[in-house]
Amino acid sequence: MMNTRAVQTIFMAEMKRFFRTIGQSLISPVISTVLYFVVFGAAIGSRIQQINGVEYGAFIVPGLIMLSILTQAVSNASFGIYFPRFSGTIYEYLAAPISAVEMVLGFVGAAAAKSLLIGVVILATSWFFVPLEIRHPFWMIAFLLLTAITFSLLGFIIGLWADGFEKLQIIPLLIITPLTFLGGSFYSINVLPPFWKTVSLFNPVVYLVSGFRWSFNEVADVNVELSLAATFGFLVLCLAIVAWIFKTGYRLKT
Amino acid sequence: MNAIIEIENLSKTYASGLAALTGVSLDILRGEILALLGPNGAGKTTLISTVCGIVNKTSGSITVDGHDNVTAFREARKLIGLVPQELHLSIFETVWDTVNFSRHLFGKASDPAYIESILKKLSLWDKKDSKIVALSGGMKRRVLIAKALAHEPRILFLDEPTAGVDVALRQDLWNVVRTLRDDGVTVILTTHYIEEAEELADRVGVINKGGLVLIEDKATLMRKMGQKKLTLQLDTVLTTVPKSLKKYNLEVHGDGKVLHYAFDSKQGTAEIAGLLNDLARAKISYNDLHTEQSSLEDIFLKLVS
Repeated sequence: MMNTRAVQTIFMAEMKRFFRTIGQSLISPVISTVLYFVVFGAAIGSRIQQINGVEYGAFIVPGLIMLSILTQAVSNASFGIYFPRFSGTIYEYLAAPISAVEMVLGFVGAAAAKSLLIGVVILATSWFFVPLEIRHPFWMIAFLLLTAITFSLLGFIIGLWADGFEKLQIIPLLIITPLTFLGGSFYSINVLPPFWKTVSLFNPVVYLVSGFRWSFNEVADVNVELSLAATFGFLVLCLAIVAWIFKTGYRLKT
Repeated sequence: MNAIIEIENLSKTYASGLAALTGVSLDILRGEILALLGPNGAGKTTLISTVCGIVNKTSGSITVDGHDNVTAFREARKLIGLVPQELHLSIFETVWDTVNFSRHLFGKASDPAYIESILKKLSLWDKKDSKIVALSGGMKRRVLIAKALAHEPRILFLDEPTAGVDVALRQDLWNVVRTLRDDGVTVILTTHYIEEAEELADRVGVINKGGLVLIEDKATLMRKMGQKKLTLQLDTVLTTVPKSLKKYNLEVHGDGKVLHYAFDSKQGTAEIAGLLNDLARAKISYNDLHTEQSSLEDIFLKLVS
């Protein structure tokens, strides 16, 4: 029998932490979004005009949302599991009748929910700056959910792997941020020289941003089905790593 | 009494290569207080952590009331409460919230009346709305015990519960442990303080270098292992032990006015009578005598040295 009460308890405890600092949790992504609009939308966008028939301001909205969801999912999930390990309170989760699946549902579920919430707030903020249309709302929700869950899993893995606060920061800083900026958040990878375009196709973020952008205005760098498949692939990879961690007890029970 | 926890041939080697446990077999009896003694790094905490599911074992088996602690971990863990050695607490939570959190992690529905009863038993009731960060070290220790009891376990592990705790609180905690035992809870505690084991335990186990050196009923242990010492205050100064008394294990102290006789308590009092007769024959008179039994501490030091 599943320990649903434990899942709910972990989920709520994680959400409580988010709401306790609701100000910083929501205001900082909103402020950075506004800054991106000022810098990219107003300053640069006024020179670029349109990309594939879409206003530059509206073009970058999906990228901005993805940028926030990725970074928030990773940082929330990694911190969520790293902190109990750091403070020692992890003993309580490990000694309780909770399975690996339940732990993941609680921690990763909460991190995904938080990042989705932030994504929605940014989407709402964008509405004040640019005219937006969402042509495929179901696809949009699918990409949002998949991305939030996948990157929360990735964050969870980082939080289990890290054995210090430096390591907790280094992956987001050295890998995720560059991948996001080079993943076509603020431009179409079609404007790149052929060599760099090919390199970009190895970047998983390209598929997320492209698919997500397609759901807004049918402008995509890669085929939307391929985007979905690539996102799924990344989700399965993260799930496999988490399963391996729990099976071997790596960094948790060794 | 039957065993509530059965540990068989349990070994744990950490990734670093450290063999913390090497083939420990131990039955913990239903309703007893078992004290596990051992020097730092002996493997006490590893043993507890392995039973509770915090650390994976390398080999061997553990059953808790008949449930294997790996294949039937839910049933096994539901029976166990754990009080860790370090004060691991979420400091921004209130006492009430953190104790209820523990209960819910074990899948149990809220029961405010029960939580109230354990907080009262642990003298925490008036602190129930305080944040953990505002509590003293001793109070935090109580909160950890309340958290461990929140899901109504039948077995309680206390990992060095009185390390760094003042005398008054130590007495309080001892009383709590006794009350729990009276309620039928099996208590396993690890400690450095021999006094604690002597005071509380029904049985004593000694762990050293990853192995169980001994496990014995406390009274039997003290009787079996206990050395007794007879001290005689002599009337006159004795420079050497007379030939007729050589067969006794005697030592002269205190400028020849004190005679020490060490003997095994197993031999009973017959030896003392013999010695006293022989002293009278040798015309050595004394004005006072008393005997002392060696403590668990002496026994312990003998075992681990």
